[in-house]
Amino acid sequence: MANILQNLVNALQWGSFYALIALGYSMVYSILMLFNFAHGDIFMVGAYIGFGVATGLVALTSMGAIVLPNWLILVLTIIISMFLTSFVGMLVERIGYRPLRDAPRASAAITGLMIGIILETGNLALLGAQRVSFPPLINSVTYELGGVYITNKKIMIVFVSIGFMIALQLFVTRSKWGMAMRAMAYDYVVVPLMGVSINNIARMTFAIGSALAAVAGILFGIAYPVLDPYMGILFGWKAFVAAILGGRGSIMGATLAGFLLGFIEIFVAMIFPSTLRDLIAYSIVLLILVFRPHGFFGEPYSAKLRL
Amino acid sequence: MPLLHVENMTHYFGGLRAVHNYNLAVEPGQVRGLIGPNGAGKTTIFNLITGIYRPTEGSITLDGEPIVGLQPHEIASRGLGRTFQDLRLWRHMTVLEHVKMARYSTIGYGLVGAFFGTSRRHREEEAIERKALELMRMMRVDDVAEQRVTNLPYGAQRRVEMARALAMNPKILFLDEPTVGMTPGELNEMMDIIKQVRDDLGLAIFLIEHRLKMVMELCEVIQTLVFGEVIAEGSPEEIQNNPDVIEAYLGKDTVET
Repeated sequence: MANILQNLVNALQWGSFYALIALGYSMVYSILMLFNFAHGDIFMVGAYIGFGVATGLVALTSMGAIVLPNWLILVLTIIISMFLTSFVGMLVERIGYRPLRDAPRASAAITGLMIGIILETGNLALLGAQRVSFPPLINSVTYELGGVYITNKKIMIVFVSIGFMIALQLFVTRSKWGMAMRAMAYDYVVVPLMGVSINNIARMTFAIGSALAAVAGILFGIAYPVLDPYMGILFGWKAFVAAILGGRGSIMGATLAGFLLGFIEIFVAMIFPSTLRDLIAYSIVLLILVFRPHGFFGEPYSAKLRL
Repeated sequence: MPLLHVENMTHYFGGLRAVHNYNLAVEPGQVRGLIGPNGAGKTTIFNLITGIYRPTEGSITLDGEPIVGLQPHEIASRGLGRTFQDLRLWRHMTVLEHVKMARYSTIGYGLVGAFFGTSRRHREEEAIERKALELMRMMRVDDVAEQRVTNLPYGAQRRVEMARALAMNPKILFLDEPTVGMTPGELNEMMDIIKQVRDDLGLAIFLIEHRLKMVMELCEVIQTLVFGEVIAEGSPEEIQNNPDVIEAYLGKDTVET
């Protein structure tokens, strides 16, 4: 029993990463009918930006230039990295996707793949193949509850993730920009006729998705402090699976599916040898999709994209 | 000065000339019709004026201001509302949300308002809902305000689209075949509503329509478009009796009214 609870905690943490990345996939997909295959690499870029910001702040503190407690460094790292990474996302949208808005979807999809490769190899060229380690901003404290070990990091990661997910849900349902995003998801041709610039909304969507990916990157760096330029690939694919599994454009769906993937992976690894983890886990996901091809919260649709 | 003035507008799609030397002057409060066989370029003219395509040649002014080259959202904000021939609603949003969306530019509250429900948000939402209710009542969809549009009958969906266009406070309203696919009952209702919009709101209306009963009864001036060119322009009587129109559009033998 303790073992199961222990894995549940681990799965929550693991699912947080998937869910945060999946949200960015899901938003872009629903609003622009576009698979942003570079999104996993945005997660990687976010982790590296977080690494840079955190390292810089730690260095400044140790030099005595500024006096900041570690928790404040973490908060600042998250805020600054979200901001910077959102610019990377907006740049990707402006350069890579906007010119292709009316192009065949396959062209836009391979654009994403190419941007991903550019981000990975660009990072390699910039920082070299050496892995970097994320500065330890939190002193790990382990609590024991009836045989279950929970670290303060895990608690923080799960709560921060869920906090951002709730904030996103509020944003989409209560702000005017969120309303425009929902409208664009059904038919984007008429949105400009409401006096709304769809380019602005598209840019904002990429910015928000990228900022959330940066949060995932930093939280990942805190849990597993070794970063490498290719870390976004597998994460990106799995988060993409979660986005589709959740149902097109559903924030709740992407979140739940992200956590579900975390659970499936962790529990498969609990029962089977860990080398079989993804093989079995993703066979299960495949089965789910066979029975729910529109995902958990998706509805059959035919989006009208053009006049 | 006309409210909407199009001069010598020509448009090519590649080598195909879709619209040739088109002119239009709509006065405030005027209802004008555009008729013509399928493929004549009627919707293209709508798309050119509303900024979805940019005309190859020609000038367009709205309320004295040139609008060629502006983005669709900029033209819409300057007072041009529009509906589509094939309904373009956001299927899973409610009727009220459709009208609210059209009031987008009047929403001033930002993130703080959205997250924490400030008094500013309440005030603005209230004003928008009041306006929305007024329009939904006029369009006779106020009783289904909270329903998703996909659940409404076709005629009601058409009226939601009009309520949405009107919520922009346009100076001129473009209606692209507002009665296509409607039952006779829905058609009469739509005609009443268009008259009401003209009389109560004093809007100029420019409409594409296939049903001659509708055009003849509503429009002061009608243009007939064939292969991208206006072959006749005049009052309903003039158009009805114009031999070119009868031949090109109505057919040689019978005049259906």
